[in-house]
Amino acid sequence: MNYKPTRLGFGEGLKEIAVKNKNIVALGAADITSSVSVDLFADAFPERFYSLGIAEQNIMGVAAGLAMAGKIPFVATYGVFAALRTTDQIRISICYNNLPVKIGGAHAGISVGPDGATHQALEDIAVMRVLPNMTILSPCDATQAKLAVIAAVEQVPGPCYIRFGREAVPDFTSPELPFMVGKAQIMREGNDVSILSTGHLTFEALEAAKILANKGINARVINFHTIKPIDENLIIKTAEKTGAIVTCEEHQIFGGFGSAVTEVLAKNYPVPVEFIGMNDKFGESGQPEELMQKYGMKADTIIKAVEKVLIRK
Amino acid sequence: MVNINELEAKAKIIRADVIKSLAEAGSGHLGGSLGLSDVFVSLYFHILSHKPSKPDWENRDRLILSIGHVAPVFYASLAHAGYFPVSELMTLRKLGSRLQGHPGKEHGLPGIELSAGSLGQGLSVAVGLALGAKADKKTWRVYSIHGDGELQEGSIWEAAMSAAHYKLDNLTALVDRNNVQIDGKTSDVMEIEPLADKWKAFGWNVLHCNGNNIKEIIQTYEKAKMHKGSPSVIIAKTKMGKGVKSIEADYTWHGKPPKIEQVESFLKELE
Repeated sequence: MNYKPTRLGFGEGLKEIAVKNKNIVALGAADITSSVSVDLFADAFPERFYSLGIAEQNIMGVAAGLAMAGKIPFVATYGVFAALRTTDQIRISICYNNLPVKIGGAHAGISVGPDGATHQALEDIAVMRVLPNMTILSPCDATQAKLAVIAAVEQVPGPCYIRFGREAVPDFTSPELPFMVGKAQIMREGNDVSILSTGHLTFEALEAAKILANKGINARVINFHTIKPIDENLIIKTAEKTGAIVTCEEHQIFGGFGSAVTEVLAKNYPVPVEFIGMNDKFGESGQPEELMQKYGMKADTIIKAVEKVLIRK
Repeated sequence: MVNINELEAKAKIIRADVIKSLAEAGSGHLGGSLGLSDVFVSLYFHILSHKPSKPDWENRDRLILSIGHVAPVFYASLAHAGYFPVSELMTLRKLGSRLQGHPGKEHGLPGIELSAGSLGQGLSVAVGLALGAKADKKTWRVYSIHGDGELQEGSIWEAAMSAAHYKLDNLTALVDRNNVQIDGKTSDVMEIEPLADKWKAFGWNVLHCNGNNIKEIIQTYEKAKMHKGSPSVIIAKTKMGKGVKSIEADYTWHGKPPKIEQVESFLKELE
């Protein structure tokens, strides 16, 4: 298995789409241009790159202004700062004006590791999800991150938040797998239970499904690279088909991807649900793997959640 | 040649419409709108290069109103410039109106560049526009309008720093220096002086004018246009409530409208 950070996919996608689309510009924020791999773009197109320093509020407004001047600005910084420090700028200057600003929420989730709670974005999906006009993409590996960046330009006319991480994670999808914004992907078939996942936890969900199969439980695994607009159709269909659901995300359970799924279920086809994610806590320092284990975001906890939800089915 | 008398007459008409539309709305900010009437007339009837019949004309100058709460004077200026019928001013702040309490583009009013009203954001957007214009070698200019109380927002200074860093001489900001905000005198609420020194320290070309003197406003904008190498800010001294003597400089008139029964006497004071 090849391991690769999704941030690299982001940088590669940005460089590739920028060759085709001359209106794309990138804004460097908070001293992490190279660590979010926007340097690939900055090196290739120095005249289309703007360094704006550690001033996130300003950077979002500047991005809005550049979009008004006909550009497609990409801003990437830590998810905590991209989504939370600048929420008001994103809400008013970007979303209310419905401008095509593409925001990279980097180093998302607890897996940013030793930096600790201040830098672990676990609330960004919840906050971005309530903003009208916003699209949210959350690719499951580096290959898909690249496709997500291209889709953010070619398929999303307005604001877009793209979530990606710092750690190397399994790069398991094919570049041929089509990326249609708003369409979730069935990664494995099964009739007993559905595991709905976003981001790199989709790999853990597939691992869990393999082990469950040995126990005679056939889990269907669906990858949601788009959190908003959510694929309502597939959520309802899979609830009808399997009658029980487990959601997985590296994010707070409150208000996140699992909440988006259950909003659809409650209205259309209620079935028992269990949630994998952060349970209303701040993270802490530690190695990414240790943290994923401690806070229950690995295959073994997904298996337990499946067994629990099946009791209620 | 600019006919100042004509513009002054225009400012009077716009002030009257500000008073009438706010009284009809029953809420909104009177003081700042009256104080800025001369600035808006100078912009929409002389300084700005724009085509009211073609609001999306590519080479138009861009005006970013960072203080969305002075929407009444903005709307009255747009209407009298020909962007939409003057009669529509009386729908201000009403359900279904294109004239939102703070400018909202999605409601379709022609002439609005940016939906805004959350203080401290407009200068960043203006910087982005000015950067975009420079990148594409466009000749249109960017104008932004700010309140003095608004300068208490930290994001303004982030934006100020970036405008100077990129030497945006195609950007002219204007600060409505009326010395008051809703809670009282700016110097009591949170001192922003020495204001000119602050902007200078941030790398801006600082200009001053009497913001209630159309001739001075125009001359100062012309000076800003000529300046090269750094962005310009005009600190425009205005009187909140200017034109209606009985409320001039009274901060309690920052955030409220006139009552219907006050309209007649206020209009008389304008004469």
